[in-house]
Amino acid sequence: MSDRIFGGFGLALAIFYIWAASIIKDSFMVDVVGPRAFPYIVGTIIALCSLYFILRPDDEPEWPHMREFTEIVFAAAVMFAYCFALPELGFVISTIFATAYLTWRLGTAPLWSFVVGLGTSVGIYVVFHLILGLALAEGPLGF
Amino acid sequence: MDTLALLADGFAIALTPQNLFLAVMGCFLGTLMGALPGLGPANGVAILIPIAFSLGLGPVASLILLVSVYYGAMYGGRISSILLNIPGDEPAMMTCLDGYPMAQQGKAGEALSLSGVASFVGAFFATCGLVILAPQLVKVALLFGPAEYFVLFTVAFATLGGISSTNQAKSAFAAALGLGIAMIGSDSQTGSQRFTFDHIHLYDGIDFLIAIVGLFALSEVFIFLEHHRGGAVGSAKATKVGRIMPDFAMIKRCIPSMARGTGLGFFSGVLPGAGASLGSFLAYSLEKQTVDRDGKTFGKGDPRGVAAPEAGNNAASGGALVPMLALGVPGSGTTAVLLAVLLQLNITPGPLLFQKNPDVVWGLIASLFIANFILLAMNIPLVGIFTRVLMVPTRILMPIVAMISFVGIYSITGSSFDVMLMVGFGIMGWVLRKLDVSLVPVILGILLGNQMEVNLRRAMTISDGDWLILVGSPLAIILWGVAITGFVLPMLMGRRMKKRMEAARNEEEFVGD
Repeated sequence: MSDRIFGGFGLALAIFYIWAASIIKDSFMVDVVGPRAFPYIVGTIIALCSLYFILRPDDEPEWPHMREFTEIVFAAAVMFAYCFALPELGFVISTIFATAYLTWRLGTAPLWSFVVGLGTSVGIYVVFHLILGLALAEGPLGF
Repeated sequence: MDTLALLADGFAIALTPQNLFLAVMGCFLGTLMGALPGLGPANGVAILIPIAFSLGLGPVASLILLVSVYYGAMYGGRISSILLNIPGDEPAMMTCLDGYPMAQQGKAGEALSLSGVASFVGAFFATCGLVILAPQLVKVALLFGPAEYFVLFTVAFATLGGISSTNQAKSAFAAALGLGIAMIGSDSQTGSQRFTFDHIHLYDGIDFLIAIVGLFALSEVFIFLEHHRGGAVGSAKATKVGRIMPDFAMIKRCIPSMARGTGLGFFSGVLPGAGASLGSFLAYSLEKQTVDRDGKTFGKGDPRGVAAPEAGNNAASGGALVPMLALGVPGSGTTAVLLAVLLQLNITPGPLLFQKNPDVVWGLIASLFIANFILLAMNIPLVGIFTRVLMVPTRILMPIVAMISFVGIYSITGSSFDVMLMVGFGIMGWVLRKLDVSLVPVILGILLGNQMEVNLRRAMTISDGDWLILVGSPLAIILWGVAITGFVLPMLMGRRMKKRMEAARNEEEFVGD
């Protein structure tokens, strides 16, 4: 069943892709095949493979249970929140919280998670920013 | 002789103090990453590319650092195979079969040093093979026109699923997905905006590094979260290695095994669609058939069963560099990541690279030789340090990996939109993995998509719109033949190969328990 849903999704993607390719505007420069031909080929392959998934699905993969699934969704949400927080709070503060969350979910005790977060964040800041000179996000406090 | 002179120049470049230091660092980090289950050579190199790039190292220096990581990870993969029966990366799977029983008999140190020597032999002779074979392949590649190149890229995609692939439609889907992503951004030929929907962040296309780090490194973090695998993989007891120095009599006995493993491994590395996993599998199977027909000692801790696959796996990783450097077409996930390194440095591999930037090519090859010696020196006496790494719990390690991925991407793009895109790729990678869709063709599609299209359009311009130019030369027809065979063959025998590989592994687990 998963493969069928995947195939349906792939088919929708292919249709969308081919439609999006058909509205590519020509510029003043032109060549023989133009900018649309290759995307059409790619879209067709995606469509054909998707049809195959619908007709001949593989065995069902092992999907995680509801609990693990929420785990993944929350982790992804935390990572997205981290991206929003980076320019606002700066690297060090955002990273403390993001790392603490991830290590907590992987089984570190809550208080220790904070310590691990602090250690990781400061460690990366020192090694990559202070020693190696990489540009990291700067917050209102300058780090 | 010409080759030797060029190689000598390469050594002059690679032996500067800075480059030597980078090689040592790369070997160390690589072995560390290879040893950790879940962080293979592809992930390791992927995470480090943006960092090496934003450090502002020159092309040769970055390459030296990253290929040292690549070779190091190939060496490191065996450590957890032997000590814990968990392969550190996929090609190290076959090393579990005899390495773990050896460790259980209290010969862990010997197994580790023997496999270190075997890795060295495999990688060293494969690098020699690279020196000999790559310039020859370049001569062939110079005959290629745009149409042949287009077909060559098709060969790469058709064979990438590999002989053990069970569902070729999924490989094809993955490749098309990657190619589709590569199309986003302004068209290199006419400048038309494609698939950008007037979104300013998409005008330059999607940086392939974002996709690579997201698909490889972040999806691994999600897998760990899903399984709550937070504990340390090793314990103090399991990581005791005992006597470390190799037993010379044992090594001497294993020389023929290493030689066979190296030869087989090298060829499966060079061939499209085979790669290191198949190299070590073939080396082990052949060795078993040659020296142990009745199955008396293999699987029960025979040192030859450690030496052969280890030599095979490392020889394959050297062999895989041949098509990558000479044609610009990688045959495996890890070499795809190395191709990303080159593209990021604005170096296009292929025949012209050997003519235009001989310093890069030969500096790279020389540093492979140096990396080999460093790794041999590092792996035999210092193996104890690397086994300690297995005791760091993954609940601390994986968040660090995630954060370093974020740091790398942020430091090259400086935009939180791109970092979000990386998280998106991480989620996509997790879903695709669950559905058993290989991620390597996606990466390769993103990397090669634009070149593939450019070659198609150039060919069409030459032929003035006649599609028959794609089958217009004997070379192109041969390449089509390879592509079709490579795509169809796994449909006929993929399931059987996969079963055999899994059967070998299960048998071992039974013996191990």
